[in-house]
Amino acid sequence: MKVEFHLNGELVGAEVEPRTTLADCIRNDFQQTGTHLACEHGVCGACTVLVNGEAVRSCLLLAVQVQGDRVVTVEGLSGDELTPLQAAFRKHHALQCGFCTPGFITTAHALLSHEPEADEERIRDVLSGNLCRCSGYVPIVDAVLEARDAYRKSGDK
Amino acid sequence: MKGSNAYIGRPMERVEDFRMLRGRGTYVADVNRPNQLYAVILRSSVAHGTIKSIDAGEALALPGVHRVLTGKDLGNKVPVIPLRLQPLPQLEAFHQPVLADGKVRYVGEPIAVVVAESQALAEDAAERIALDIGTLPPIANRSHAEAKRSLLFEQHGSNVAITWKAFKGNADEAFKQAHYVRRERLKVQRHAAMFMEPRGFVADWNEKEGKLTVWGAAKTAWHNRRTLAAQLGLELEAVDLIEVDVGGGFGSRGEFYPEDYLIPAAARIVGRPVKWIEDRREHMMSANHARDIECDVEFAVGRDGRFIGLRGQIWADIGAYIRTNGSVGPRNVAQFMSGPYDIAHVDLKSSMLTTNKTPCGTYRGPGRYETDFIRERMIDLAAKDLGFDRLELRRRNLVADAQMPYPLASITPYDSSTELDSGDYHAVFDRCLKEFDWDERSKLRGREIDGYYHGLAIGSFIEGGAAGPKEEVRLALETDGSLTVYMGSSSVGQGLETIMAQIAADAMELPYDKIRILHGSTSYVNDGYGAYHSRSTVMGGNAILIGADKLKQLVRETAAKRFGCRPEDVIIDGEQVSHGPSQLSLADLSDVPLQVEAEFFNKKYTWAYGTQAAHVAVDPGTGHVKVIDIMSVEDVGRMINPLTLHGQAIGSMVQGLGGAFLEHLVYDDEGQLLTGSFADYLMPSASDFPHLNSITVELKPCPNNPLGAKGAGEGGLIPIGGLMANAVADALSHLDVQPMELPLSPPTIWRLVEQAEAARSNA
Repeated sequence: MKVEFHLNGELVGAEVEPRTTLADCIRNDFQQTGTHLACEHGVCGACTVLVNGEAVRSCLLLAVQVQGDRVVTVEGLSGDELTPLQAAFRKHHALQCGFCTPGFITTAHALLSHEPEADEERIRDVLSGNLCRCSGYVPIVDAVLEARDAYRKSGDK
Repeated sequence: MKGSNAYIGRPMERVEDFRMLRGRGTYVADVNRPNQLYAVILRSSVAHGTIKSIDAGEALALPGVHRVLTGKDLGNKVPVIPLRLQPLPQLEAFHQPVLADGKVRYVGEPIAVVVAESQALAEDAAERIALDIGTLPPIANRSHAEAKRSLLFEQHGSNVAITWKAFKGNADEAFKQAHYVRRERLKVQRHAAMFMEPRGFVADWNEKEGKLTVWGAAKTAWHNRRTLAAQLGLELEAVDLIEVDVGGGFGSRGEFYPEDYLIPAAARIVGRPVKWIEDRREHMMSANHARDIECDVEFAVGRDGRFIGLRGQIWADIGAYIRTNGSVGPRNVAQFMSGPYDIAHVDLKSSMLTTNKTPCGTYRGPGRYETDFIRERMIDLAAKDLGFDRLELRRRNLVADAQMPYPLASITPYDSSTELDSGDYHAVFDRCLKEFDWDERSKLRGREIDGYYHGLAIGSFIEGGAAGPKEEVRLALETDGSLTVYMGSSSVGQGLETIMAQIAADAMELPYDKIRILHGSTSYVNDGYGAYHSRSTVMGGNAILIGADKLKQLVRETAAKRFGCRPEDVIIDGEQVSHGPSQLSLADLSDVPLQVEAEFFNKKYTWAYGTQAAHVAVDPGTGHVKVIDIMSVEDVGRMINPLTLHGQAIGSMVQGLGGAFLEHLVYDDEGQLLTGSFADYLMPSASDFPHLNSITVELKPCPNNPLGAKGAGEGGLIPIGGLMANAVADALSHLDVQPMELPLSPPTIWRLVEQAEAARSNA
């Protein structure tokens, strides 16, 4: 089947089997390998991407379901310099092996974009849908708390 | 050392983060080779049985399916996986064949490898392979094993693979004289490292050059190269294992598994690159399990509260085969049960039982997590029985600074002895109490607030590190004046590139950003040893120090020729070398890179140590435990990077809490794994354990290596199981609830409460 969608701002098209997941499509058809697969059953959140601004699990979505949608991966949230969210992750040592990290970045970005005032409890609640085996989560929560400031400012503009 | 070069000890932000935060890391699933095929492994769904037939006809008939490999395709004899550690001849009977060899012994055991044009196609094909397996009675637990309901290895005649013995002093005599002896049965449940990145390999066989390249190496690439080359009948130089970014290891990833052979062998047989990435369900039934032990232990204490002895029997359920490092956990439970305490008499046997479950290997703090649970529970029980204050009882028995080096129990066979190297255990114990504000918090002990009863616990631990025999490095001063360090150490996500750059920058007095660390791939050094037993910082770090001395000498010699002076008259000042008025920058010194190789040898383990205190609140109505907070204080001798070290401490604690409360690989009586997904196997999440604190001190540098560093990064979890069980017992002291097994799941605690209340009403 043919599917077309916007990937990190660019209109892309691919011929996929109906059973191809969005995650496999992004990784294999478009070589955007920042989106990681760690469980493929929707629990760990490593494959989280943004579809029309909402955080979704690309392992549970079929590629054909995003026809015409705006899909943003961790690559689409990155530039030459670290963003304030990424810089906060680095400062607080919120990643070790880095495998779950793209999912946390996309999830936290979606949260702070919608709720820049999210408190610690809310942040923990939302991040509890993503698994990290290295960090113990404490530094991730600290990083997201610190990154709120940048989202508040960008919201003001 | 230049003032500007004190990188060691500073919380340097990591160099790895730039790529990982932007989705630009390269993990093995991101590696692709032109013209590659995909492998899927057909695994046994039967725990114990005899393979009668494998019919791959229908699978091979699917367009795009290239090959189905079974044991018969692997030569006259299916290769078996040798042991990396404690390679005793009497354990050879239990080595795992890379594909089931006539018999299947656990659910998840590889039976066949399907190679096809896509992974989806290979999965379709695997479903079409017709298997006929005659079932045998499964051994799913210790009672099955001991009753010989069946035998996993008929010729061995028993389901006990081996019994280790830890010994010190004369326990039987000492127990006769003891004022107090308590005997208990304790259990720790099967759980696993469960790193986030699934295992995988991409293998490429170059027929023309007779060269095999495998991406996906981790932890012990050089050892695995030796094993693989021998199995495939290749020269060492014909095999290269490449380490790319690795998504967590914790002891489990990177050991030689069946797939380490199967994927390269498949690539060689089909003559095209082959890629295999496991899925999570597959991971849960194939990668090493850990910690599955039970024990009957006796603890003897004198009238004065001095610990006298430990005696007893441990049973370790190792699963269906012995894995490369499968003896480490069961040995450690016995050898290190005395922990940081002065215990003169030890007599502990540890028997490894073969069962029809996934084989076990090491997981962070192997054996130590289990044995600390046992010991710290016994100490609290003794304190209660004897009317001793828990803190005072521990203080009275911690090994004193003056007793160092302090010998631990020896272990046999594959005899080894070790001694605690240095430490002020009492100072760290008291520091922990102070930081935790133990006295103030004690006012809450046993009190009920909003339905939750509050309790405290304390526990001390030791953390072994720095396994030998050696580590290798190669230092190259590049022609642009930068330094490349090639290392035998491996990265499994612990920030190796950052830490080693700090050490190298200080040693060479160079700016941190002039250092590049390359690690873990077999092309970098002749013989590397890798990342296990908290060894990278000590072994790799000290090798860098030695290499830096050699490189400086080479720089002096090279500059001396340019300056026309003696090497010892050359002054190296950061990026400049000089003799009198003559001056050169390192970038102008040579037209070719200046290279040296160096090795650091070590026979003595390092012993980091620490104390943790915890505050929990327990709802006896639901069995739910809230961890109010935990304070961990550890002495690592010398800290390279506080940021990464505390990261490891906190991360390790949460893994330990997962083991204490959540994680459990549950099997039924037929040997079927019941918890094969993250929906069933519960991992700690961001909302579970918010309040954790870690403090690192540098009281006693390790006397046995130039850096003074002690291996660290596992310590955080070692005491957690015992700490949580003791805290729960403290909270529910009014009911005399005494947990004797992990995990402390809500139903388990609720049941203990029910039993305690029933016992009280009967009394």
